[in-house]
Amino acid sequence: MASKIVTFTLNGKETEVMVKPFTTLAKALRERLGFTATKCGCYEGNCGSCTVLVNGDPVLSCILPAEDVEGQDVLTLEGITPQEGLHPIQQSFHENYAVQCGFCTPGMIMISKALLDKNPHPSREEVAEALSGNLCRCTGYDPIIAAVEQVAGAQGGNHG
Amino acid sequence: MAEQDLKVVGQSVLRRDGMSHVTGKTQYIDDILLPAMTHLKMVRSPLHHARIRSIDFSEAEKVPGFVRAFTYKDVPKNIYTILCLIGVGPDEEPVLAEQEVLFKGEQIAAIVAETEEAANEAVARVRLDLEELPPVFDVEEALKPGAPIIKPWGKNHFEYEGHHCRRIRFGDVEKAFAEADYIVEGCYEPKPIEHAPLETTGCVAKPEADGRITVYTNTQALYFSMDNTALILQVPFNKLHFVGGTVGGGFGGKVDVIVEPIAALAAMKIGRPVKYLYTRSEEFNVSSTRVAYRIYFKDGVTKDGRIIARKVISYADAGAYNRHTPYAVTKHAANITGPYMIPNVYVDAYCVYTNRVPTSAMRGFGVTSASFATEVQMDKIARTVGMDPFEIRLLNGYRNGDMRPYQKVVGDATLVEVVQAAAEMVGHPVREPYKSMHSWDRDYSPERHQPLQAEEV
Repeated sequence: MASKIVTFTLNGKETEVMVKPFTTLAKALRERLGFTATKCGCYEGNCGSCTVLVNGDPVLSCILPAEDVEGQDVLTLEGITPQEGLHPIQQSFHENYAVQCGFCTPGMIMISKALLDKNPHPSREEVAEALSGNLCRCTGYDPIIAAVEQVAGAQGGNHG
Repeated sequence: MAEQDLKVVGQSVLRRDGMSHVTGKTQYIDDILLPAMTHLKMVRSPLHHARIRSIDFSEAEKVPGFVRAFTYKDVPKNIYTILCLIGVGPDEEPVLAEQEVLFKGEQIAAIVAETEEAANEAVARVRLDLEELPPVFDVEEALKPGAPIIKPWGKNHFEYEGHHCRRIRFGDVEKAFAEADYIVEGCYEPKPIEHAPLETTGCVAKPEADGRITVYTNTQALYFSMDNTALILQVPFNKLHFVGGTVGGGFGGKVDVIVEPIAALAAMKIGRPVKYLYTRSEEFNVSSTRVAYRIYFKDGVTKDGRIIARKVISYADAGAYNRHTPYAVTKHAANITGPYMIPNVYVDAYCVYTNRVPTSAMRGFGVTSASFATEVQMDKIARTVGMDPFEIRLLNGYRNGDMRPYQKVVGDATLVEVVQAAAEMVGHPVREPYKSMHSWDRDYSPERHQPLQAEEV
């Protein structure tokens, strides 16, 4: 089967990538486009490290065919990282020690963004539920949940 | 230095690598993309124990993108043991299997190809002719006469300075058993555990123009890996440049030297970068796990709750090869009495080989298994003599000046104070005299092996 050009929006910019059939979005992002912030811990849709947002919804990029994002809006961790400083979720993960080996962190931050964009004031249970598909083996769930809760609390403050 | 001058002690300091982790800029092995990089995949044994009659690469070689296959004949010093660097021997693990395979998943031949897909396809087309041999999976079965012998020296256990196991002989357990009011026995079997790091084990080896090989690796033991690789490749250490420090989860699972030597050899032979990164399936199925043990306890206890004798026979399942287990068993034997003063101790701790996946280091290895068994046994003893579980620990806990069974004097006892604090934190009342005990209050007696006076420690 022939390779195909997939055109989509990546972090706000129109992007083209040529892929063979069945090339996953994760492979296309990481190996073809050089966007390696998205990590792959299993390549089989189990660990959540590869979470990116497609039209705002979290997806496992390691099992999503790249062709499926034709015309869609894809957001990776690179896309939320400001030129200077950090996104509030990144800042909160850093300050709350919600990071140990760092491998699950990109996926954790993206799934947290997906949650907070839709539900700016989640309960602790809603945060835990949202993160439940993302594995951390350094046993860092408590600080991760605390980091997300802190962002939610700050948003509450901002919105008054 | 005055306390107010300290800038870090007593402060919460942000992680040095935190910014890099939260922005995804940290470079893990899978993030390394080099020009002309090739991919290494392993042909593995489908059987637990087998003789290798032949390996046929003819179909694999036809796969578009196939670069080269490697067997043990390509490895300058194929048989090694990781701990040779600290004097453990003899060498017994092949980089690539020679005549026999000892566990399901053992590496037999390495295939290097232009792409991961081509390497996988070529591996699938390698034809192995294996003669299945009887396997042994149980540590006690492995030591029985007539068990399949899997080691060239004719015994399925590691030799400790000529002895069949790591031994401790301290006091006279049989005499103390005769004097004891209770004999409390137990069998404990902590199981193997996979470390399951989020980043799988792997490396990228890159040949440099000056003949050196640069190896990017996620090992937890950089110099250990480099030194073993140099020995296996039979090259001077300064021909290797190991770059590491970023480990996407380790927990002891990345201290074995498995991926670096063959990747470095392949890179040297083909003159191109070689990536060898475990799949998630390999991480679970062929990487080392925590050591499984079967531990038999026999304790002699007086009716007032003092443990006066402990006899332990413990079998560690090393799996097919040493890795770090001979060392783990020594630590295990040393810690089998826990933080408790027991004046008569007898330990036989075996490092046993079976046809299981090799076991190795994991978080406190050797000691965690001993602690688990010891503490469950302490609760059992408390129930047997009708004592409070906190108080029995306070009674038997090490005091400064006590002699450990491996002939070291305790100089840093803290158990009594820790147990008292823990009891308070969980709201568990501790009565006198246990409440006033401390780490310096042992009422010394001759059978406690003439410990030092507190002032002398």
